[in-house]
Amino acid sequence: MDLRLLVQIAVIGFTFFMLINASALLVLAERKVMGFMQQRYGPYLVGPHGALQPLADILKLLFKEELRPKGADKWLFTLAPVLSVTAAFAAFATVPWGAETTLFGLLDEPVKLGVADVNVGLLVIFAITSMGVYGIVLAGWSSNSKYSLFGGLRASAQMISYELSYATSLAAVVLLGGSLSVREIVDAQQGTWLGIINHWWIFVQPLGFMVYAIAGVAETNRAPFDFPEAEQELVAGYNTEYSSVRFALFPQAEYINMATMSAVATDLYFGGWHGLLPFYTPLDPLIERYGLGWAAFLAKVSGFLFFYIWMRWTLPRYRYDQLMGFGWKFLLPVSVVNLLVTAAVWLYFNA
Amino acid sequence: MVPLSSYLIVSAILFSLGAAGVFLRRNLITILLSIEIMLNAVNLTFVAFGRFAGDVDGQIITFFVMTVAAAEAAVGLALVIALFRHRESLNPDTFTNLKW
Amino acid sequence: MPEALIFYVFSGLAIVASALVIGQRNPMYSVLLLVLSLAAMAGLFVQLDAPFVALALMIVYAGAIMVLFLFVVMLLNAPQEDALTWDRAHPLRHPVVTRFGTVLALVLIVELAYALMRGNDLAQPVGSRASGDLVSSVRELGRVLFTDYMFAFEATSVLILVAMVGAVLMARREGEQS
Repeated sequence: MDLRLLVQIAVIGFTFFMLINASALLVLAERKVMGFMQQRYGPYLVGPHGALQPLADILKLLFKEELRPKGADKWLFTLAPVLSVTAAFAAFATVPWGAETTLFGLLDEPVKLGVADVNVGLLVIFAITSMGVYGIVLAGWSSNSKYSLFGGLRASAQMISYELSYATSLAAVVLLGGSLSVREIVDAQQGTWLGIINHWWIFVQPLGFMVYAIAGVAETNRAPFDFPEAEQELVAGYNTEYSSVRFALFPQAEYINMATMSAVATDLYFGGWHGLLPFYTPLDPLIERYGLGWAAFLAKVSGFLFFYIWMRWTLPRYRYDQLMGFGWKFLLPVSVVNLLVTAAVWLYFNA
Repeated sequence: MVPLSSYLIVSAILFSLGAAGVFLRRNLITILLSIEIMLNAVNLTFVAFGRFAGDVDGQIITFFVMTVAAAEAAVGLALVIALFRHRESLNPDTFTNLKW
Repeated sequence: MPEALIFYVFSGLAIVASALVIGQRNPMYSVLLLVLSLAAMAGLFVQLDAPFVALALMIVYAGAIMVLFLFVVMLLNAPQEDALTWDRAHPLRHPVVTRFGTVLALVLIVELAYALMRGNDLAQPVGSRASGDLVSSVRELGRVLFTDYMFAFEATSVLILVAMVGAVLMARREGEQS
């Protein structure tokens, strides 16, 4: 077999493997960071400083009893978490996570680091993220329980509402980058201004980035927008009746969605794998020369994920009508205005 | 190489399935779904012919068909909700007030 | 050869899913099967060098309109349908009539397929006359949409506004204000 094909398959497998690891590590990271913010250690006993805690969690969940409520729809009850997780993993397909590499000269043509490079890649991410709504809706409905139904309906209505602001902020970035392919948007962020500040889109689109960050957090049902799965109000919302493996797939889907949002934010606003810090450092040409862009990408995505966890344990929860009002009456007009202003300025400078 | 007629045959079959659904089913929501199947079949025909002719007009008409389908689905479902409130049934044969 | 295989897989999936949509008794299953059919059609669109339309189909149709259908099915708790008693004795439901109708429909489909395959123009491969570069370009799509079809574009925005207002008005309970 062709070496290049083998390397491409290895890259795809590696991406999938890293995503699964990311969901496990995020379980640990969340509990540790939460612990440190609450002035205590997080998980401490399992493994050195609690490092094997995700393993203990997953083993516990696997050995629990698989329940299915009596009136639950037989097929849909199992299909819902499968849909959630499939959409979460598939959305990472067009997210590039590194520059091209020739494996230190082993290959003739470089292999792009990322699962696929489609010329409408950003739309693919958006389309598959909208498929994630189905998992939650079906989970809520097929459990045949009032709490689940309400949680499912609220969560899906929230996700659909914030998708609009999400898409409009993406449209502004597409305008700047000149293409729908995420790899080309990242490559348009190479270089620096005045030799000091990196040519990242966040400096051109600060409002767009804030809209994207807020909409991304709301899309994944996290942080201040997690009313549908609030423990105080709705027991556990749409995953009340789930147990064991089917339950484990829901938080895994949530963490993978978080990772995808962070990765897309890094690619669109923070230069992807170009440059490590917002200003120019002597490390940047070294990164370009030795092909360590993926490490810079990983560092930025980790920073973003820390920001996610930080927000969850710092901010109080929005009430549901406040949440929907904020999404429709504030965020959508702001993102539309952002798009208009970006288009006007772009036209002025490129007419 | 797939001939153009294959796409047209697929589209014709989908359209007739949708039409059969509209005629045979006695549930308002399934009737609306069958209408969506018909609109999709028409989309496929347009895009196939557009690709054959080499310009984007087929895809543009598809956009407009999708927009109209969205508007019609929204209004149709609002009607279904309003009707359900009156008769507690989704069977179109129960709405016989105007029959002589 | 792989092109024909992809085409048969996606079109077979679309046809089977659509046949199941009209054959299911539970409307929830019908909606989900239609989403599957839409996904298969998106695959066909990608094969026809129209990736933007395929993704727009998934985002708009399968991601929004079908979710709307799903909400309505869930909120109405749509009962499984069963024919009213007089409906069962309807002359159109007589077994001989339905079998005759099915045979006629199949004959029609076979004739249509035969006629379509005989036409010389239509039997050419779909990508034979023009290359796919212009057709799959999003830039070209935007250009034509905003220059040649500008009026239709603005008209559809008015259409959506009217539909939105109409839907909100019709789904309100009587006597409700605001």
